[in-house]
Amino acid sequence: MTTPLPSSKTVIRARGLSKLYREGATELRALSDVNLDIHSGQLTLLMGPSGSGKTTLLSILGCILRSTEGRLELLGEDVTSLREKELPRIRRNAIGFVFQGFNLFPTLTAAENVALAMDVRGVRGGPARQRAAELLQEVGLQDRSHAFPSDLSGGQKQRVAIARALAGDPPILLADEPTAALDSTSGRAVIELLQRLAHHHGRAVVMVTHDPRVLSYGDRILHLEDGRLVREEAALVATASTPFLPAVPATANFSAEFPAEF
Amino acid sequence: MALLARRNLFHDRIRFTVTLTGIVFALVLIIIQFGLFLGFTTTTSNNIDRSKADLWIVFHSVGYFDTGRMFSERKYYEVLATPGVQQADKYIQNFAYWKKPDGGVENVQVIGFRPGGGLGEPWNIVQGNILDVKQEDGVIVDELYKEKLGVAKIGDRAEIGDHRARVVGFTHGIRSFTTSPFVYTSFKNSLNYTRPASHEDQLTYILIKVAPGFTPAEAQKNLRQRISDVDIYTSEEFSRRTRFYWMFTTGAGLAVLTAALMGLVVGVAVVAQTIYAATMDHIREYGTLKAMGATNLYLYRVLIEQAVWSAVLGYGFAMIVAHFIVQASEKGGALILMPLSMTIGMLFLAIFMCITAALVSINKVTRIDPAMVFKG
Repeated sequence: MTTPLPSSKTVIRARGLSKLYREGATELRALSDVNLDIHSGQLTLLMGPSGSGKTTLLSILGCILRSTEGRLELLGEDVTSLREKELPRIRRNAIGFVFQGFNLFPTLTAAENVALAMDVRGVRGGPARQRAAELLQEVGLQDRSHAFPSDLSGGQKQRVAIARALAGDPPILLADEPTAALDSTSGRAVIELLQRLAHHHGRAVVMVTHDPRVLSYGDRILHLEDGRLVREEAALVATASTPFLPAVPATANFSAEFPAEF
Repeated sequence: MALLARRNLFHDRIRFTVTLTGIVFALVLIIIQFGLFLGFTTTTSNNIDRSKADLWIVFHSVGYFDTGRMFSERKYYEVLATPGVQQADKYIQNFAYWKKPDGGVENVQVIGFRPGGGLGEPWNIVQGNILDVKQEDGVIVDELYKEKLGVAKIGDRAEIGDHRARVVGFTHGIRSFTTSPFVYTSFKNSLNYTRPASHEDQLTYILIKVAPGFTPAEAQKNLRQRISDVDIYTSEEFSRRTRFYWMFTTGAGLAVLTAALMGLVVGVAVVAQTIYAATMDHIREYGTLKAMGATNLYLYRVLIEQAVWSAVLGYGFAMIVAHFIVQASEKGGALILMPLSMTIGMLFLAIFMCITAALVSINKVTRIDPAMVFKG
């Protein structure tokens, strides 16, 4: 495993995670004995062919799915021993989700989508609107706060979704193929944003991806095959052939970097 | 949450219109049926409720107002001599034929009372004077039955049981639950119109005003001790027996109550279907909310808020429609009543109906697997 940065800490610790699906007499082992540490301040890429268990692993790390075996600790808390009805609290307080299909609420504006995530956490009214405005500014969409999802480009939608995922200020961000549905320009904006959230905001970002264009942005690349964690690579060195290059300088200001049409 | 509930509800305007239509239809149906039930109930016992009498003496085992049976006038004098009786008036209710001026015949209920006595008199007299029924052939009928009885104005003539009758007044809004309109006249005239079978049996009811210092129950007890072969009811008891007979023994009340219940069932079904369809349209959003950490209770509140919005708006439109129907009923043969208690009660019924309808959707979102958000 990659050695974490000196200032980072382990926010996810998985030991012996397995997931077995049963349907009648048929059994499908989606994950087998996965051991994993995820550190804050890092963008971890989770790669593998279709059916390798990436999304299952992400769902378990996100407390959406329960493992059949093994132990999972989030921020030092053993979540495998928690009751089902306690898991929403973990998801609200510790985790932000970004989905491939954005999953924005089409009847709400960008700001309202973000404010809704605050509402789920019990923050309403002025404070929710204020926080939504700050988050949209952070992802460079302060000018599009009143736009409905149908009026936003794919990249903009994903950035609204990222702003929404940040509503609870979660230390962990889980992203399921967030660039898959985007063109290269929008995809680059999104991966750079996620990288910045890891490096500059100290979040642990775990991103499931098939997208080879994002490899250069990952601090770690974990490979899954047949439900097993088979290989880990350290960060790649970006080359001129990497489609999303150049990466945003570490000190870049996001809100200033993104043109509104992303 | 509130915003999401409202936006999702109003977003698809066609569906929302269908939802509202279903709610309005169901509520109006329920209002009409309950209103008819109340109207029928009031109509059946109106002559008792408005009689100003404390007690009614009826022939033994006569169960309700419209089937009064003649009994001896001697009882009347026994009643007058009973302690606790301040006033007693003879009263007749009997069916008779009404021959219209143009020759047609209608069945009517003749009501004979003592003009000026204050007990058992017609009310809401809009034309004429109640004392005019003292004239040998004077009768008062209701405006609603002018056409049915073939009369249009004071002075118009007809025949009741081969005796002349002349309209001396009109009431407003005194309906008969049977198809036979009430014809009010003096007790004396009514004897001519109804032709009692014997000279001795010449009254159907005795209406009693209890003397000061006596309760109706005390007077009732005294009367029971002295007078045989009759039943003695307080007005409330006799009214309740009459209402019960018509509403439940005949099945008329059950019919309208069943229709009201059907309205409720139809309403729940229509609203449930539309709210469920709207929920299914947004099912991925509910899954996303769950993934974001929203509890089931949070999702229930979204659905319940949608149900309450649907109920309140549907109720508003239903009340407008019902208002016109109730107004129109005042001029028709069947009275539809919508008292304030029913107006308020319908709001709660609408909310109950819509929340019940939302239970199907609540069950659905309870079982949503948040992992669905990762699929595609």
